[in-house]
Amino acid sequence: MFEFAVILVHSTSHAIQAERVLGRAGLAVKLIPTPRHLSSDCGSAVRIAAGDRAAVEQSLRAAQVPIDRIELLDG
Amino acid sequence: MIYLDHAATSWPKPEPVQEAMLRYMRDVGVTPGRSGHRLANEAERIRLDAREAVAELFGVSDPLRVLFTSGGTMALNLVLFGLLGPGAHVVTTGIEHNAVMRPLRALAARGVTISVVPCRADGTLDAAAVVEQLRGETRLVAVNHASNVCGTVLPVREIGAITHERGIPLLVDAAQTGGAWPVDMQADNIDLLAFAGHKGLLGPGGTGGLVLGDDFDVARLPPLVYGGTGSRSEHEEQPEFLPDKYEAGTPNMVGLAGLGAGVRYVLERGVAQIRAHEAALTGRLIAGLRGIPGVRVVGTQDARRQTAAVSFTRAGRSCSAVAHTLDEEYGVLCRPGLHCAPQAHRTLGTFPDGTVRLSAGPRTTPAEIAQAISAVAQVARVE
Repeated sequence: MFEFAVILVHSTSHAIQAERVLGRAGLAVKLIPTPRHLSSDCGSAVRIAAGDRAAVEQSLRAAQVPIDRIELLDG
Repeated sequence: MIYLDHAATSWPKPEPVQEAMLRYMRDVGVTPGRSGHRLANEAERIRLDAREAVAELFGVSDPLRVLFTSGGTMALNLVLFGLLGPGAHVVTTGIEHNAVMRPLRALAARGVTISVVPCRADGTLDAAAVVEQLRGETRLVAVNHASNVCGTVLPVREIGAITHERGIPLLVDAAQTGGAWPVDMQADNIDLLAFAGHKGLLGPGGTGGLVLGDDFDVARLPPLVYGGTGSRSEHEEQPEFLPDKYEAGTPNMVGLAGLGAGVRYVLERGVAQIRAHEAALTGRLIAGLRGIPGVRVVGTQDARRQTAAVSFTRAGRSCSAVAHTLDEEYGVLCRPGLHCAPQAHRTLGTFPDGTVRLSAGPRTTPAEIAQAISAVAQVARVE
């Protein structure tokens, strides 16, 4: 069972926007350095609870936040 | 001192603007988008605050479509040089600032054809006059929302209705109207809006930007400036996504901290309230100046149809001498001359002598306007 997932983005502008949009939606978020094993254009990523993934995707879509993808996070 | 030069630069800035800039310098101080540490993230939050405030002010839904530049001029250059190349045709008006006219003259030397739609002598323009100039090869219509010389407001919504129908993007120079006149990019049919941060938005100089309308296809517009963004560092090509595509180089973060606070101040007070305040002052100012023998007010002379920029001439007196006396002897600060807008002064019949421009701001008082009128009356009388 995975505890966390990570939102990979292209730019910190998008990471901070995701953080804000999800925070306003009452979802728990934390900015983290992009895990090395996950390729991404941006050094920052947004960690979320794995169980929130559907709600997160919906919120980001509604607010037009551009993301690369969401990956489950080991450990 | 009575400061009536808000059409150039608003002053003093509201306290929250000063505090936001100080707080950024003292507590944050770094550049967003590069490192991922807590200060860089905090800087990015401040920049997003500013984007959200500007997006709300101009009625766009996506804050990433707010692009920051060094000011309105850079934003206008980005659009003009991006959309116009040899063989293209552009339509503009007889009331433009040099921030539009000079790039267009430079583009004309590269094979761009320009049609300047004449305005009436009070700066007004009918949207229908723009239609007559549109051609098959018209790539852009660039319109000043309001004259920086006499405040006359152009009918952008009506012009935009026509350009939308023809599929031609409408660029609006909102330097004079941002924060001082209601602007809704959707309702006003504006595709591209250039704004200055240091006037009605109450931010510091060196800030401004371009707002891309929700339906504007960014693939049509190449960047003007290329360089580092902190993103996609492994690529030597500019990223295609917003806002990085158009924001190469280190941003003016202390400026953006102030700009965000300035726009937030405007939103909290309300553009409608600011507009009502300035319209009342403008009405008093126009009436007062018109009552002074020898003084001629240019423009519509109707506070309902113009911003707070009010220009006048005094027959037989140079505008710079009048402005100098107003400053030295009466402490009234204003701007004489051609206001970087020879095209507009030709339209108004005040080229090359220019005018004296008095421009009130959101915190100018009726008493200050009364004192300024009395000072002009004194200066105009003395031979």
